[in-house]
This record gives sequence, C-alpha cells and structure tokens, in this order.
Amino acid sequence: MASDTRDVVVDAAKFAVPRATVSAAGDQSAPGAAIDTQTIGQVTVQDPVMTARQVSVHYGAKKAIADVNIDIGRNSVIAFIGPSGCGKSTFLRCLNRMNDTIAAARVSGTITLDGKDIYDRSEDVVQLRARVGMVFQHPNPFPKSIFENIAYGPRIHGLAPTRADLDEIVQTSLRKAGLWDEVKDRLDQPGTGLSGGQQQRLCIARAIAVDPEVILMDEPCSALDPVATARVEDLIDELRQNYAIVIVTHNMQQAARVSQRTAYFHLGNVIEVGSTNQMFTNPRHKLTEDYITGRFG
Amino acid sequence: MQNLSVIIAILGLSAMSYWLGRRRSIAVVGGLRSAAQLHSLPGYYGVLTGLWCAVPALLLLAVWHVVGQHHILDVVMSHLSGDYLTASAGQRRLLMDEVLRLAHGGAALGDVRPDVRAAAQEWIRLDALSRTAGGLVALSVSLIGASVAWSRISPTLRARNGVEWVVKLALVLCSLIAILTTVGIILSVLYEALRFFHLVPIFKFLLGTSWSPQLATRADQVGSSGAFGAVPLFAGTALIALIAMLVAVPIGLLSAIYLSEYADRRVRTVAKPLLELLAGIPTVVYGFFAVLTVGPLLRGVGQALGVAVSAESALAAGLVMGIMIVPFVSSLADDMLTAVPLGLRNGAYALGATKSETIRRVVLPAALPGIVGGVLLAVSRAIGETMIVVMAAGLTAKLTANPLEAVTTVTVQIVSLLVGDSEFDSPKTLSAFALGLVLFFATLVLNIIALRIVRRYSEQYK
Ligand SMILES: Nc1ncnc2c1ncn2[C@@H]1O[C@H](COP(=O)(O)OP(=O)(O)OP(=O)(O)O)[C@@H](O)[C@H]1O
Ligand SMILES: [Mg+2]
Repeated sequence: MASDTRDVVVDAAKFAVPRATVSAAGDQSAPGAAIDTQTIGQVTVQDPVMTARQVSVHYGAKKAIADVNIDIGRNSVIAFIGPSGCGKSTFLRCLNRMNDTIAAARVSGTITLDGKDIYDRSEDVVQLRARVGMVFQHPNPFPKSIFENIAYGPRIHGLAPTRADLDEIVQTSLRKAGLWDEVKDRLDQPGTGLSGGQQQRLCIARAIAVDPEVILMDEPCSALDPVATARVEDLIDELRQNYAIVIVTHNMQQAARVSQRTAYFHLGNVIEVGSTNQMFTNPRHKLTEDYITGRFG
Repeated sequence: MQNLSVIIAILGLSAMSYWLGRRRSIAVVGGLRSAAQLHSLPGYYGVLTGLWCAVPALLLLAVWHVVGQHHILDVVMSHLSGDYLTASAGQRRLLMDEVLRLAHGGAALGDVRPDVRAAAQEWIRLDALSRTAGGLVALSVSLIGASVAWSRISPTLRARNGVEWVVKLALVLCSLIAILTTVGIILSVLYEALRFFHLVPIFKFLLGTSWSPQLATRADQVGSSGAFGAVPLFAGTALIALIAMLVAVPIGLLSAIYLSEYADRRVRTVAKPLLELLAGIPTVVYGFFAVLTVGPLLRGVGQALGVAVSAESALAAGLVMGIMIVPFVSSLADDMLTAVPLGLRNGAYALGATKSETIRRVVLPAALPGIVGGVLLAVSRAIGETMIVVMAAGLTAKLTANPLEAVTTVTVQIVSLLVGDSEFDSPKTLSAFALGLVLFFATLVLNIIALRIVRRYSEQYK
C-alpha cells in the first residue's frame, strides 16, 4: 500500500530541482556504459490490485516494451513518465487489453487483476474493461446527450435495472467527476457541446459509471488549459479514495502533484519505480535523474 | 480576312508575347540569377503579357462582329426602296431573311426584286470590309496590349496578383456557365411543361389515375382517348424505387459494416473493388439480367407457389435496380463508417462494449447523417433510373401496389413518348416535359431533405 501522505506529495511538487543536489545520487550507470535495463526501485507493493510480470509487447516484428514488471497499488495514483515513444501508452493499454484492438500488437507475460490473469482464456475482456476503465488523451465523448454518455456503460453491463437506478448512477458519476453542478440542467444536450475540460471530466464520469476498480488515464490533461487541468488533477486526487489510478503524463509537476508512486519508462524498459517523493528528490538511476531534471527527453 | 485566321494570329502573338514578357522580366533585373528581385516569378510576367495581348483583342473582335453584323444589315436595308420603311414588322423580317439568304449564296426563290439583289451584293461588300477592318483593329489592339504590358514590366509590377485576378475571373465564369446551363435546362423544361398544362389541366395531370397518351389518329379509333393522369406512373416509380431501396439499403449497409469493421485487410482489398465493380456495369446489362434471368426466375417461383407473376414485373425491375444501387450505398456508408474517429470506438471498447455494441450504439449513430444522405441520393438515383425499368418493368400504366404485376415509371414513359415521330406541340410529346418537371422537383426535394438531415445531425454532433 502506498502510504505517502498528501503532504509529502506537495513537498515534491514544491521541489525546484537544483541539478547539483541530485547529480550526486545519479551514479547508477557510468557514462558510456551500456544502459542497465534492469528495473530498480520499489516494483512491488503490498496487496496490489494489478501486477505485471515480464510483460513485453511487439508491434509486428518491432518490440515496443520489454519485460516490464510493476505492481499497481490500491487507492493510490501511479504515474508513468518517460520520453515520447518509450512505450507508456503501450503498457497502459495492456492493463485493460485495449491492445487487442490493434491487429499488429502481440502481448506476452502475465498481468493479473485481483490475482487472476487477465490474459487467461477464461477471462472475458468485456468484463475486464468494465473493471479497468480508461480515459484518453483527447476527450472522446460519444455523439449523444450528456446523460446517454454516462448511461452507456451501465446499460451495456446491465448495472441499472430500472430507470431510477440509471438516473442515480448518472447523477453520482457526474457528482464524483465534479461536473454535476455544471451540467445538471442540460443532461439532454450533446456531450460534444461541452468545453474540452468538461468533456474530459465527462469521460472520467463515464468511466466511473461502470464502477471500475482501476482507472487508466493516458495524458488526460494534455489537451486542456491550466485551469481545466487543475480541476482534473483535483478530481484525480479525490478519486484515489475509491480507485486505483494509473496516469501517463509528460508533465513532471503533474506527476509530482497527483501521484504517490512513479515509474520511469525508457526505450521500452521500466528503468526505475519508486515513491514519487523519492523519485523526484532522489532518483537512483542516472537516466531518471536526467529526465526529471530536464536534461533529456 | 476571316475571323478564324485573326483568332489564330492573335493566339500566336499571345504565345510570343508570353515568351517576350518572360524574357524582359529577366532582363530588367539583369539575368536569371537575380530573378529573386522580381516581385513575381518570370513566368507570371510572361502570362500577364500574353493575356494583355490576347484577351482585349479577342473581346473586341467578338463585339465588333456582333455589332458589325447588326449595323451592316441596317445600312443595307435602308437602301431598299421606300416600301421597306413603311412595311409591317413581318414583311421587314421576310425581306431581311431574303437579303441574307441571297448574300450567303442561297438560291433565289422565284423572282427577286432588283433592289433586294442589290442589297445582297451590298451586304457582301460591307461584310468583307467589316471583317477586314475588324481583323486589323483586333490585331493592332493585340499588339498594343502586348507592348503596353511589355513596357510596364518592372521588378515592382505585381504580375502574380494580376494573373491571380484573371484566374479567379475565369473560375467565376466557368461556374456561371454551369449554373446558367442548369437554369436554362429548367426553364426550357418548365416552358414546354407550361404549354402542356395549357392543353391538359395540371390537376388532371397530377391527380388523374388513368394514363394512355395515345391520341386518336382517326376519328373511329377505339381506346385512344388520350388520358394524361400521371398517378399510375408516380405509383409505379415509387413502387420500384421502394423495392430497390429495400434491397439496396440492408445489403449495402451491412456489407459496408462488414467491410469496414470486421473484414481483415486481405478480404477488404479483394471484396471492396469487386463490390464497386457493380457500379461500373452498364445499366443496359442490368436490364438484360432483369429480363432474361430475374424475370423468368420470379415467374418460375411464382408458378411453383401458384401465384401469377407477369413476365415483366415491378419486382424484377426493383430487385435488379436494388443490386445496382448497392455499391452506392455501401461505398458511401463505408466512407462514413471509416470516418468515425478511432477515439470514439476506443471510448466504447474501454467501457467494455463488445464489437457489435460499439458499432450499433456508437459508430452507426455517429455515421448516420452521412449514411442517410447517401441513401437519399440513392433514392433519387433509383427514381431517375431508366434503362432497367424500360427493359424489365414494362410499359403498362397500371395503378397497382402488387409488385408482381407490370408497372411503368415516369422515366420509361418519357422515353416512350419521345421515341418515334411526333409533332412537338401535341399533348403526347409535351407531356414528357411535364413528367420531366415532376421528376426534377422530386429529386430536388429529396436532395434538399438529405442536406437538411445531414446538417441537423452534424450541428448536433460536431
Ligand atoms: N499501433 C501501433 N502500431 C505500431 N507501432 C506502434 C503502435 N503504437 C505504438 N507503436 C510504437 O510503439 C512504441 C511505443 O509507443 P507508445 O505509444 O506506447 O509510446 P508513448 O510512451 O506512449 O509515447 P508518447 O509519450 O509520445 O505518447 C513507439 O515506437 C511506437 O512507434
Ligand atoms: Mg502515449
């Protein structure tokens, strides 16, 4: 269990990285030596909701990620950071088997959810995706009303036997996503008519509506302005009470603000995993340090 | 000097001025290497010079010709003996035609008045004079235009903007031609249709239920009443179009869904061109197919079931027409489906929707406006289709909802009304234009509705 308190995270956010301070810690790989792709840091957590062991993904003949080992803890936020193209999205898509929709992708290794292998033959991918929800980089509300956007998931999974149940789910999901007050008078309006930030919170509400255990977010704020970003970040912090959240971000401050653990991806490998506090104040791997201090990527 | 040779000469001059203008533009900045100092590329200066050489001269030539012909005729006619001036408009017209006919070398009809003959001679003389003068003036305008443009070439001359303006003008003219042609066609159809409605009241035409356009050629002929009630034709058209859409929409839409959502790449690369091949088959060939294969087949099936199916039936024509329209519906629907953003599909999959749930609840609704538009376009095609129905549906104008009987359509009747010799002012021939007008309005309304639907949905969803 990631037990970092909110205070510690804020400390990390305040931390303006002076290079001299951290460079002393970055003695893991000597200059010129082959990159050490062994993951260092705290890969495992107690009572993880999801675990990934030796996960590799190929797109055709091309290897996108190799031997990724990582645990996703309950009721906490883990951030995936790393330079573009290093495989963060690819790994994220493994966690709810969205890679199945990409014809060229081949996944190997073991990923479990509550101890059960999600790539097992007996596992129903439809059920899995209800339990592991996803929010995308670009808000993608359906071209339907706000109400229907939220109701879609509960309907197809039969979560709402009566109309009253459905109304209830829609309302609670919108409340949890902090959107209720803004849209309660226009639930029948198209979801695509909302602002970008509202649309993204609508997508989060849509994911919450099927009552998942884990929510995956792939750069959820990259299309949003700072104000909308701050709202989504606050929301993520609240959602942590009930869900495990995995967030991919290119924004170091954001990773520091919202996450308790951080994983640094580099060219398809997880280089370092650890508490966000430690990763940002005292990275153990040279590559992590270079990336976090902005020297690389 | 003939106008044609003048035109060719002007075009030749224009080509030359292109070359000269281009060369000068390079020369004024001192060689190709410093061409960057020019406001525009050298070619633009050339084009501008060429245009100044050709366009004013050609316009002038055209105006000269039209005005000249008018004027010459006036002058010539005023030389005729005094009775011309006092003659009625009709007689003047006749005399004018006579003069022109003689002048163009036509044979004289009977006795020709000497003053008319003289006028024709005069016309020939003046015409030649006018052509020569016009040609010379046009050529000089061409030379003047070219040299003025040529002398104005300087590094600061905005040749590119000038050419741009001319290009824009040319584009406007071309679209004007297209629009005016459409308007012209509509007006001519409207004009003939109105003549028809003088002979047959419009209500009888639109609401009458009996159609037999054969007019009595002899007084004692039977069955040639000349009834122009078009309802059976509208009903036949609607029936066949309905059958066609019942075939085309499900097959087209479902095959589009299969091809765009389910088929793997190898199937798609083979199946899609094959499907689109259907659109390339000439409609006459579909007609054969309907008459020789589908018709007898339906008949056989009918006999086996104990149902009377006529040799020519709405069903056969509709079925085959539906097959013909399948590629329209499917390729349009396919485009619309593939245009649905991947993000929407991923959004649905990520909520745990199955493939068919995603398609039914997310992809299809998002693609619907385009699909509806495509279907309505297909309907207007079905209504306008002629060849298949001519061959397979028959000519009997029967008001029936039974698809197993022979019916006829608006287009078939238009064809049969205009085939063969007939005077252009009998109601039989004119009724074709009235039918054409109705057809035009029907497709127009369909297209407007299609556009409205598309717009309403896209406002809601974009
Ligand atoms: N659908 C695909 N087909 C083929 N190759 C892919 C596909 N998606 C990703 N890749 C490749 O896999 C590698 C990892 O891509 P991925 O999208 O996971 O990177 P990322 O870390 O999310 O990058 P970014 O930060 O830019 O989003 C890249 O080299 C990419 O080109
Ligand atoms: Mg990515």
